[in-house]
Amino acid sequence: MNSHRRPAIERGAEGAPLCAWEPVIGLEMHVELDTRTKMFCACEVTKGDAPNTHTCPKCLAHPGALPVVNQRAIEYAARIALALNCSVRPRNIFHRKNYFYPDLPKAYQISQYDEPLAVEGWFDYWVDDEKLRCRINRVHMEEDAAKLVHAGGDAGRIAGSDYSMVDFNRGGTPLIEIVSEPDIPSPEAAREFLQQLRNLVIELGVSACNMEEGQIRWDANVSVRPEGSSDLGTRTELKNMNSFRYLQQALDAEIPRQIEVIEAGGKIDLETLHFDPDTGTTTPLRSKEEAHDYRYFPEPDLVPLVIDRAWVEELRATQPELPAARVERFASQYGLSRADALVLGSAHALAAFYEEVVSLGVGAKPAANWTMGEYLAHLNAAGLEAGHGHVTAERLAKLVKLVADGTISTSSGKDVFARMISERAEPEEIVEKHGLGQISDTSELEDAVARVVADNAAQVEQYRGGKQQVLGFLVGQVMKATGGRANPQVVSELLRTALDG
Amino acid sequence: MTALDPLRLTARVAKRLLVDGEISSAELTKVYLDQIAAVEPRVRAYIRVTYDNAAKYSTKVDREMQAMRGPLAGLPIAIKDNMVTEGVTTTCASRILHDYMPVYTATAVRQVWDRHVVMLGKTNLDEFAMGSSTENSSYQTTHNPWDLATVPGGSSGGSAAAVAAGEALWALGSDTGGSIRQPAALCGIVGMKPTYGAVSRYGLVAFASSLDQIGPLTRSVYDCALLLQHIVGHDPNDATSVALPEPVALPSAERLDGLRVGIPAEYLAVGIEPGVRARFDETIARIEEMGGTCVEISLPHTEYALPAYYIIAPAEASANLARFDGVRYGHRCADPVDLLDMYERTRSEGFGPEVKRRIMIGTYALSAGYYDANYGRAQKVRTLVRRDFARAIAAVDLIASPTTPSVAFKAGSRTADPLSMYMCDICTIPVNLAGLPAISIPCGLSDGLPVGFQLIGPAFSENRILQAAHALEGAIGFAPAPTFCDSGVVAAAGERTEARA
Repeated sequence: MNSHRRPAIERGAEGAPLCAWEPVIGLEMHVELDTRTKMFCACEVTKGDAPNTHTCPKCLAHPGALPVVNQRAIEYAARIALALNCSVRPRNIFHRKNYFYPDLPKAYQISQYDEPLAVEGWFDYWVDDEKLRCRINRVHMEEDAAKLVHAGGDAGRIAGSDYSMVDFNRGGTPLIEIVSEPDIPSPEAAREFLQQLRNLVIELGVSACNMEEGQIRWDANVSVRPEGSSDLGTRTELKNMNSFRYLQQALDAEIPRQIEVIEAGGKIDLETLHFDPDTGTTTPLRSKEEAHDYRYFPEPDLVPLVIDRAWVEELRATQPELPAARVERFASQYGLSRADALVLGSAHALAAFYEEVVSLGVGAKPAANWTMGEYLAHLNAAGLEAGHGHVTAERLAKLVKLVADGTISTSSGKDVFARMISERAEPEEIVEKHGLGQISDTSELEDAVARVVADNAAQVEQYRGGKQQVLGFLVGQVMKATGGRANPQVVSELLRTALDG
Repeated sequence: MTALDPLRLTARVAKRLLVDGEISSAELTKVYLDQIAAVEPRVRAYIRVTYDNAAKYSTKVDREMQAMRGPLAGLPIAIKDNMVTEGVTTTCASRILHDYMPVYTATAVRQVWDRHVVMLGKTNLDEFAMGSSTENSSYQTTHNPWDLATVPGGSSGGSAAAVAAGEALWALGSDTGGSIRQPAALCGIVGMKPTYGAVSRYGLVAFASSLDQIGPLTRSVYDCALLLQHIVGHDPNDATSVALPEPVALPSAERLDGLRVGIPAEYLAVGIEPGVRARFDETIARIEEMGGTCVEISLPHTEYALPAYYIIAPAEASANLARFDGVRYGHRCADPVDLLDMYERTRSEGFGPEVKRRIMIGTYALSAGYYDANYGRAQKVRTLVRRDFARAIAAVDLIASPTTPSVAFKAGSRTADPLSMYMCDICTIPVNLAGLPAISIPCGLSDGLPVGFQLIGPAFSENRILQAAHALEGAIGFAPAPTFCDSGVVAAAGERTEARA
């Protein structure tokens, strides 16, 4: 099904390949939902507030407190499930997942186990121009743990810290777990899958998926097998990859490690590995002997969740346009190439920005070129999200119009764009202030044309001798003489008149 | 003011005296506080008596009679110390919650407080309600006022003994496997476990969430209905609570015409003491005299109910009690060297032996590889027990049995043998597994000690049970009062001397 493959890794003594290996990757993602209140109590979900200011007997697990399910969280979770083409199960139940840790006040997490919210979906994503499909195993609901703050010692790490503090503000935030099947064929595909899935969730409006705040987190399962085999090798679980880049790096490190172990006659242990971004290597986090037995059992404080079919259909009918559909629409509606439609249509913020520029009366193609070119480069350089910063859709539209109507040249346009950011001014003010307006007035240009004709007698001779392409050189000379402001079309007409006449 | 006998006064009569102005709430409250002063050293029913609060609040009710009226206003009550009460310590008779001050109030308690009852104090129990004799309290052993050398039953032994000893007009208890009905039976009072979900569990410190239910312990069936009226209802803080299909009515029946009562053969085959059996048979004969018909029925899975209960309840308890970890409240061991040390010492110092036993049983029952054989099978048995009742109830209106196989036993006589202690609840446990309502009323004495008669009904048949129990109570005319005698075999020497007074 997936033709996109990382080039098979061939290894063997003296360059003689023993066997070609291919990786098999699955991802497990956690997404914090942007509901107003927590999963099982009425405390507000917040970011950045003073520690332990949004707590109650329920999310602090005081004796006698009971959970109550947040209906909105179920809606959001169901929206994610539907967008991932899962079947939402008509009856699902919560389980208790038991383990002791100070960030888990009940000493069990209310989660879902063998009767989750939704199962058996798929997600289509692109790697370069190729569409890949990854099956989704399940989408389930749970609650986030509190946040531990390790004080003293070495920069917030638990090792060497003097003491630890717990901030329960985050504890109980609605959390969705999405588990993929092991259908992802390469580290690069894993990265694309994750980025595009994040875009999907953002599109749904159920989570901002802010990476710095850990609103989206993931682990990867990876194994290797002889190329073409349909068996699955023993997998390892990779943790601590809090950027897309780290995910790819960790997989790039782990896959050859596994191959090396197997080729040396060893066996892969089913274990959890910690990725160290400083060394770029993976090391075991805990051994099998210490593996948790979570002692799952049905949460007796909550009744089974019965999902009404009509409600699911209502949600389905009110889903926003998803990135995949939008990419198709951009291609057909705006006449963009698939590659351009992918760049512009995949992420909500950039797509919205582009459509706003177009809606302000700019042609779809120039709007696409400027948005993907100068604007995207600026976002990346400044670390901004589309729609933020001084360059609003309105300002970019004004700039593109100045180019389109010939007020300024394309090259001046790029200059104006840069100055919009450095001077925080309107494009027309910049054109005015720096005299960047294009010179189309023939009377202003005639002198320069005459001088160039006089100074380049040899080229003029060539042209007159029938070498038409020399005209370009002469236009360039006029442009140079006018600091790039001359309208090149007017210049070539003037030159032709002077030379041919 | 008439001289009132706290050993005989019912809430119904006390309310009439209050309404008629024959007695004030302060005077009524003082009757109980005086009785507490007189007998509490021998009975030891309370973990904490809230003298000041009771005196002040009753005076306030008298002063603000207009604003603070209602069917329960001014009537003193005792609360089992596993329901959280804001501003009054709640210990669950455990060292781990020594001096724990709740930050909120249990819904059931809030409901009676809102109706201006006067709280006399918090009563003793088996630690975390785990036990059948109140001997598992970490603080004190409560003595049965009928014979101070015997136990009051448990786990609501403090509430039952307080009512029986005239130290409270009535009380709230909780029933997980018989913890209201069994002590009510052993103390010669009325105790009712409502249908699972009828009374909110919010603020009841959880023992076994799918079995726990709060209910009244009173001196009459009428009082039981009166108190129950005001604690039932759906609570948005308890997802398992439900509104009763009809309001609880105050009972007035005097006959049992047409009532079909089933007597489960299996309940009479469990080693019922001859004295208990004799009182039971007399009561059955009385039902027939009053127009009812009694037939033998079968609840074939009864023998599996006890083992299933002792898997399910400890399994849930093992998770429910995991929150007592020393992190946020309650006992924490001194100078822990690390996290694991803190958990281990906090919990081994904080919990008593029976609680530890059940946590271990429950943890084992849920462990990977043992779940299906233990918890999974126990849940299947539970379904069978529920089905037994459903089938039997289709042919009869109510089911009758002795509440307990024996009368109150000597303190210390069963503590070394947990199984003999567990057998106390053989007739009550199946009712919790099935989530049904049941009442225990006194039906006479055996060897000078009270015998309890249990009536079980289908879910939400509280009114049917209360009407029948009321009629039967009138016919039985149970009149004796406890004598505070001491057959003195096992009780401590000091207490024996004192008890002769």
